[in-house]
Order: sequence, then C-alpha cells, then structure tokens
Amino acid sequence: MPILETIGLEKRFGGIVAAQNVSLTIEKGARHALIGPNGAGKTTVINLLTGVLKPTAGTIMLDGRDITALDPHQRVRLGMARTFQINQLFPDLTPLEHIGLAVSERLGSGGDWWRLVGSKSAVTGEIVEIVERFRLADVMHERTAILPYGKQRLLEIAVAFACRPHVLLLDEPAAGVPEAERHDLLATIAALPAEVTVLLIEHDMDLVFSFADRISVLVNGSLFVDGAPEEVARDPRVKAVYLGEEADA
Amino acid sequence: MRPLADEVSAYLKGRARWSPLEIAFWIFAFATIWLFPAKHLILTETAILALFALSLDLILGYAGILSLGQAAFFGLAGYFAGLVAKYGFVEEPVVALVLAGVAAAALGFITSFLVLRGSDLTRLMVTLGVSLMLGELANRYSNITGGADGLQGVTIEPIFGRFRFDMYGHTGYIYSLIVLFVCFVIARRIVYSPFGLSLRGVKGNSLRASAVGVPVKWRLVAIYTVSAFFAGIAGALLTQTTAFCSLDVLSLDRSADLLLVLILGGTGYLYGGLIGAVIYKFLQDWIATLTPQYWQFWIGLVLVVIVLIGRDRIGGGNVALRTYIARLGARLMPRRTDRREAPCRFSKQ
Repeated sequence: MPILETIGLEKRFGGIVAAQNVSLTIEKGARHALIGPNGAGKTTVINLLTGVLKPTAGTIMLDGRDITALDPHQRVRLGMARTFQINQLFPDLTPLEHIGLAVSERLGSGGDWWRLVGSKSAVTGEIVEIVERFRLADVMHERTAILPYGKQRLLEIAVAFACRPHVLLLDEPAAGVPEAERHDLLATIAALPAEVTVLLIEHDMDLVFSFADRISVLVNGSLFVDGAPEEVARDPRVKAVYLGEEADA
Repeated sequence: MRPLADEVSAYLKGRARWSPLEIAFWIFAFATIWLFPAKHLILTETAILALFALSLDLILGYAGILSLGQAAFFGLAGYFAGLVAKYGFVEEPVVALVLAGVAAAALGFITSFLVLRGSDLTRLMVTLGVSLMLGELANRYSNITGGADGLQGVTIEPIFGRFRFDMYGHTGYIYSLIVLFVCFVIARRIVYSPFGLSLRGVKGNSLRASAVGVPVKWRLVAIYTVSAFFAGIAGALLTQTTAFCSLDVLSLDRSADLLLVLILGGTGYLYGGLIGAVIYKFLQDWIATLTPQYWQFWIGLVLVVIVLIGRDRIGGGNVALRTYIARLGARLMPRRTDRREAPCRFSKQ
C-alpha cells in the first residue's frame, strides 16, 4: 500500500492552473524525487500535500487516510513533515529551541504552560539525539539568524526530522548551499533512516539520480512521466522538455 | 550522551532562572510599601497600569497581536467587580477579583476568533471596534452602569474579612502589589514554558510553526484569553481600590495609553509594561505639577523622541552586538567558521 497518494489533485489560482490532475503514488520507504522545470508546480504540490494550500479538487491520502481537509499541524501529527525551499526558521530562536519546539509538539506537551522548557527528560533526550544526528551541537546556542547558511539548511531538515515523520518532504534541500558545506548536507540526507519515506524536490540532477529510486516529472502543473531513474533518464520526452531546457539555461 | 542532555536541559531551563536584577527589582517594589507611604495612591495606580500593560505585552510581545481594545476587558471586569460589590453578590474582594478576571477571559475567548484572521491593521480595528461597542453598551444601559456619572454606592468589604481598605490607600497598594506580583509570576511561567516557546515560534514565523505541528490558531486563542484575564484583573483592581467605576474604564484613551506605556518600556521581556508604567505615571505626575493644563504636550514630545531614537530597537542593538562578538570570536579562533549574517526569511502568515 502506498504511504502517500494523491488522486486527481488540482489547484487553480483564479484562471491560472498551478496543478492539474496530479495523481502521485509514493511507496513506503521510497526515495522519490519530484522534478520539473521552473514554474512546473512542484512547490504548489508540496503546499497542497502539507495543507498550506487547499486543493480545488482531488484527494490526498496519507497511510490510507483521507487528509485533504486537515490543517497543516494535523498532518504533521499524522506523520508528514516538510522543509522549505527558502529557509523558514525562527530568526530569534536558537537551534536548540527550534528542535525543542518540534519535539514538544510531537510528544504532546507543546501546550503545557505550567512546566518549564527543558524540564521533561523525554523531550531533552530526543533533542540531544537530533542535535547529534545533524551535528548541530557546536552551534546549538547561537541565534539562528547569524548561523552560516549551510547550518541553517541543516537545521531546516533537523526541525522537520524532529517531528519524527513517516514521510519527509524535502523542498530543494541543497539550494544555495556553498560547495564547502554541501558535502555535509548530502551525507545527512543520504543517512536518513530507511523507514522514513522521502519525497525530494530538486533541481540538481546529480543529487536526484544518486538519491532517488523513483522519479516523477512535473510539467505545467501535470504529471508527465513517472518511473525508475533509468527509464526517466532514457525517456526522450523528458530530455526534450526538461533536461534539454536545463541544458539551454 | 548524558552530559549533552544535561547541558541541553540546563540551557533551556537556564533562560527561566531569576536574575539578580529581577530579584532586586521586586525587593525594591515591595520596599516601596515602607519607603514611600505618602505615595501609595499613585503607586496603586502604577501597579494597576503595570498589570494592564503586562496583559498587552503577553499578546503583543510574545504573540505579535497588536491590540487597541484591551480596555474592553479592563472595563468589563471593572464593572463586574463594582456591580457584584454594590449588590452584595460576592462580598470577598479576592473572590470577586478572580471572578471578574474570568468574566473578562470569557469575553477574550469569544472575541479571540475575530483577531485570528488578518493583518496588524485589521486586528487594530477589530479590537478597537469591540471596545467601542462595549463602551456604548455601558453608556446605553446607564440604569445598570450609572452611565456618565459612574457606578455609585460601591462598598468594598475587607480582604479575607480582615484587611479594610483605608482612605490613604495603604491596604489598596499592598493588595495591588501582591496581585501584580502573583500575576507576573504566572505570566513569567507561561512565557518560559513549552507553550510560551510555541508562541515565540508563531510570532517569529507562523508558517513554520504550523509545519512543526503547532496548532497556531488555538495557541493564539489561548494567549488572547489569558491576556484578557490579566487585563480584567487590572480593571477589577481599579474598581476595588477606588470603590468606583465610570465609563472611562472602557475609553479608547485607556487602550492607547497602554500602547504608549509598552513603547516606553519595551515589549517581549515582561518588565517592559512594569517599567513603562512607572515612567509613564511619574512623568505624568511630574509634568502635571509643572504645567497642569498642558501635560499631554510633554508626554507627546517624549513619545516622539523615544520612537525616533528607536527604543523598540534596543533588542536589535543587542543582536548587532552579539553578532559582532561572534565575529570577533571567529577571528580569534580560526577553526570556527566565519559567521556571516545569512538571510533568514520569516513571514507573517
């Protein structure tokens, strides 16, 4: 059974169709990549999946459950987390507080007002685990706004991972990361636990083909090709529409 | 593994530790009971204004909700406390105080759904509208509220049946100060809790907050309700310490002054409202003795000057300083990477 499935997903902004009849199937444990030229609607699809946008038509199923009408935070609780193409962090909080916030919410103590932050050992235990996994210990007390960009990108993923997702949506995780910090980031993505299903949106073809075991190509808001990396790479239409365009750019 | 866990826990909890400066602040606040016995009346007004400003700081400084309608909660609870005392429904002042706060919180809960949507300007208008409507209702039903003449014949019974309110305001001041302190401790607890952390997240970036599972809407409803409770406690305190309540508890001036107080003291660190209230009250008192008719001119001037020199950016100054120190550290310790200010976008919904 697929862990995440969309059926005939559609999003219109007035007269503009941003996504059209998108039926995407993502298997449990998959490393699935969603690619497409600029403006193809990739981020729209992510926003529909996570509930930031409500679809004009269609259904989204997470683990066999219809989540189309749920709010973003409810989807997070059901096990779907995301990162953002452009960092969406809390500039005044430290990385520790970012992760603490996500862990507290997941463990259901995010609304506790009588307890001090950091007083619950289950929460601090998980924070430590994530700080170590993402090698953020050296900057965990810094204000996030002053962190190097590569660390901020790592934190993006760490915060999403702190929600303990079954499905993790990575929206161009390596975008803008300088070459020197890139290796760390890619190693972290490669080391994500196998049981976490990953949907990767990426422009970087090296990363896509080294990481993904399945690729969907989105063009003008609709699914164009869907298959194993070799098939997609061989497909002449993809070459024409996407890879060709990329080569021209 | 363990040491890091301890460090994390200690660091997170460390933020909530009482600093020596804070302890000194409260020791001095309580010392004023004996130090300035002749000033107890103005000190009572100051304590009430401080509590009222604290209520606004909770939503403005911690959740980013700009409001011009805190007077609605202040006034509702003020009349509530006056009416229950006048007709003898609840004789004990502390019980009446808490009930008045709960009444204000109920109004806060209901109206919170109106401020969830929209930008700062929408919220400003909605909160203003609610308090204007309430003010007009109090005017219309003057048979209950006393209308423009105010609520007459309010007698406040002794606190716990023992401490009688006196005409010099000694009891009133000690009572107000204790209530302020208790409310402050609760507010302090709230902002350093996981709930408070989630509010800072919502204020910093509500899109991301919802993406880590924070139910943004309900957190805002909750803090707005708590804020209304504190504003209500302040309003009820004013009625109880003056044994009087009039339409001006619901006036726009009262909400506007409150923003002024917070601008004077600064937002987002809880003491802003307290310090702002002290500055505001004593500035007002001092200028009024110099030039009784035109004191608002000078308050206005002070306000303009403060905003121009960027009082609210003092936090930003600290950030610049910290960035500078971090850079200096990076230069002194070459193995640490250079910390450039990286772009960090944040959105308001």
